[in-house]
Amino acid sequence: MGEKHSDPIGSKLGMWLFLLSELVLFGGLFLLYSVYRFRYAADFHQASEDLSRTIGTLNTAILLTSSLTMALGIAALQKGRQALSFWLTLVTVALGLVFLGNKYVEWTVKFHHGIYPNAPWLLSQNKGVILFFGLYFTMTGLHGLHVLAGLGVLVAMLVLIGRGRLNSARFVPLENAGLYWHLVDIIWIFLFPLFYLITG
Amino acid sequence: MTTHDTKLGGPLPVATYILTWLTLLVLTALTVTAAMVSWGGKSIFVALAVAATKSVLVLTYFMHLRHEARIFRALFLITVLALTVFIVLTFTDVAFR
Repeated sequence: MGEKHSDPIGSKLGMWLFLLSELVLFGGLFLLYSVYRFRYAADFHQASEDLSRTIGTLNTAILLTSSLTMALGIAALQKGRQALSFWLTLVTVALGLVFLGNKYVEWTVKFHHGIYPNAPWLLSQNKGVILFFGLYFTMTGLHGLHVLAGLGVLVAMLVLIGRGRLNSARFVPLENAGLYWHLVDIIWIFLFPLFYLITG
Repeated sequence: MTTHDTKLGGPLPVATYILTWLTLLVLTALTVTAAMVSWGGKSIFVALAVAATKSVLVLTYFMHLRHEARIFRALFLITVLALTVFIVLTFTDVAFR
């Protein structure tokens, strides 16, 4: 094996390009949302009342806090404090799991109330209500998958930090994982008010 | 890896991260409180303004966009601009149909 080369700017640029493609993916869904919300404003308001603002707010705080521990974990690694970085990343993973746990509880309650795609009760509602929940399940579901993917990446990072493969000289993989995690947070920052906080 | 490379996007003071996090929590409380008041048609713009502010904080401090090479910011702005154009152009049709 020859000498290993690294290109931090190049690898971060690659990550950013991927993140921008994610932005466009969700952007398309946001566009769809905005058109339907404009067209069915009253229905969207009514449907939004069925969502729990408490769980939504809690999950926002959890994700924001996980972004903090993520950023602190990267900073710790850059300063050569690998053990601290490991624990902070572990806390980030735990917070991500709590977020998904809340999502699970939230969706289960909705299913019990007969609110899921193509549910008989839902189909008997106004068009705008059906569209609201269709978008809700699609967008928060896709976001949830992104959280899950992020958790997978972070667990891989934990293994790398634990084995000493990441350190103050080689931290870009953790930085890139962090960039992904923060972007998923930003998407939630928009999903939260758009679904949970619709006022009349 | 040269020292110049490690400087870019390097760690910010811990206090900066904590202050960013606290501001994000305050803004979340603000947007939840604002949603309890009826703003009429303006409420969506209040919510989006707060969300945009929170995103800028995450991008600037957590994602280090302010301290990265200029190309990162340029690419990000081009993408956001393109999305804005899509939405505005769509609404010139939807809103005045």
